[in-house]
Amino acid sequence: MSALLSVEGVAAGYGKITALHGVDLQIHAGEIVTLIGANGAGKSTLMMTICGSPQARSGRVVYDGRDITRQPTHLTMRQGIAQSPEGRRIFQRMTVLENLRLGASVVSPEYFDADLARMYDLFPRLKERESQRGGTLSGGEQQMLAIARALMGRPKLLLLDEPSLGLAPLIVRHIFEVIRELNQREGLTVFLVEQNAFHALKLAHRAYVMVNGRITMSGTGQDLLNNDDVRAAYLEGGRRETAGA
Amino acid sequence: MEYFIQQLINGLTLGSIYGLIAIGYTMVYGIIGMINFAHGDVFMIGSFIALTAFLLLTSLFGPAFLPVVLVLVLIITMLFCVAWGWSIEKIAYRPLRGSFRLAPLITAIGISIVLQNFVQISQGARVKPLPPQIQGGVTLMEGATGVVQLSWMHMIIIATTVVLMTGFSLLISRTSLGRAQRACEQDRKMAALLGIDVDRTISLTFVMGAALAAVAGFMFLLRYGVIDFYIGFLAGIKAFTAAVLGGIGSLPGAMLGGLLIGLIETFWSGYFPIEYKDVATFSILVVLLIFLPSGLLGKPEVEKV
Ligand SMILES: Nc1ncnc2c1ncn2[C@@H]1O[C@H](COP(=O)(O)OP(=O)(O)OP(=O)(O)O)[C@@H](O)[C@H]1O
Ligand SMILES: [Mg+2]
Repeated sequence: MSALLSVEGVAAGYGKITALHGVDLQIHAGEIVTLIGANGAGKSTLMMTICGSPQARSGRVVYDGRDITRQPTHLTMRQGIAQSPEGRRIFQRMTVLENLRLGASVVSPEYFDADLARMYDLFPRLKERESQRGGTLSGGEQQMLAIARALMGRPKLLLLDEPSLGLAPLIVRHIFEVIRELNQREGLTVFLVEQNAFHALKLAHRAYVMVNGRITMSGTGQDLLNNDDVRAAYLEGGRRETAGA
Repeated sequence: MEYFIQQLINGLTLGSIYGLIAIGYTMVYGIIGMINFAHGDVFMIGSFIALTAFLLLTSLFGPAFLPVVLVLVLIITMLFCVAWGWSIEKIAYRPLRGSFRLAPLITAIGISIVLQNFVQISQGARVKPLPPQIQGGVTLMEGATGVVQLSWMHMIIIATTVVLMTGFSLLISRTSLGRAQRACEQDRKMAALLGIDVDRTISLTFVMGAALAAVAGFMFLLRYGVIDFYIGFLAGIKAFTAAVLGGIGSLPGAMLGGLLIGLIETFWSGYFPIEYKDVATFSILVVLLIFLPSGLLGKPEVEKV
């Protein structure tokens, strides 16, 4: 099976800083793939490099058979990739509805009403807040909005950068539930970056571990959950062991 | 009393012209955080294109077709100014995007000087007159202290401004282009992540500002009848002041600021020594900004992070 997204030997960075060193990663259609790693490992950079901002310095990004390495961001986003980025980046001075409309910029307007209804179905909170300005939403509401805004673009591949950051466990569960549902019911392909490694590995079909801009490990979600190194570095078990020692 | 009302009408007319120019400053500032110092000169170029086109077309059609000629002149002026605005952004600002903040400001001043000198050399330094084309009007009141005249020219300028402003507000608040512009104002990177062509959106912002400056240049020519290569500088500074006064980045603010500056200037000229009108205008600006640093309708900083 050929990959929907294939990252091949990608290096990228900012000015003199090199954040990614020859990263290889594949995502197949219909998969949930997660990437875990410590702060500053380069996870967000990889996600943004896939979208062309910053562009890769070497290596290739191939999506759906097309080389998109040097393609301007807005064109990549018109080919079925959507991202809910780190920090959510909600348009603060625009209403929830306008944020969602912007999410649908790449989609023919005829779908808008049905898609909007679907988002309000997934996240009823957003419907209540429809005409509230983005900047005044709570953190959890902003996260729901960021995901819904990305989904309004009808992506084939959804990139989620730390959707659980700063959220109460109940909301995290809701969001992960939504991701699983979209994946199972509609075959949405998801690439998920998470600090919350335990939940992410349980949700994902496959997973990668990134350390200092390099992929150091990969396998099924279950494999990594059972891996001692992963447990020690990223999971609760590791911490308990050290604490008990 | 009559004198007062007459000055009010004159002030609103002048203010409309400033307001139309001010929108170009405020929109460009809003979207790329830069003051386009060449914008006043696009207005100046507009008035010269209008004059040239007008003389050409009246010699072709004769004076009988005045309304047709006026509409054609307006269209030609807008087309040329739009081309100017678009090229200026492309040549002088876009390559510098992402470099240090002052760089585009310096090229803006450079472009402004280039445009002024270009017109000065090609058109001469002396003022160019155009005899009044649209005369007459209605007398609103007659009293002991004088008459109040609402000329056709007043009406045309005010009506055009109202129509343009209404259309423009709708464009910004309702259309996908307007939404894209506001998105780019707030977060260009996110806008690109949603498939919005940021470069194109910025280009279109310059184009819109230039189109409005073209209208202002044309109306300025018709109303005041004298233009020279330097009018863009003063009108530009005042329109910029208007944009700051109204709250830079705010469209209604730009219009309001324009009207206020027009009124202050006209009333000062009407009641006090006219030589000091610009001093008065800018002094009031200084005082207002001390008490209202973000302008009258300036956007409050983000309420919640
Ligand atoms: N805009 C930027 N300019 C310069 N350096 C940057 C920029 N963004 C990220 N970096 C650097 O690149 C490296 C990778 O950052 P990145 O944001 O990709 O990490 P991350 O894995 O997403 O971390 P976190 O889990 O904290 O979000 C870090 O060393 C960071 O300091
Ligand atoms: Mg990150």
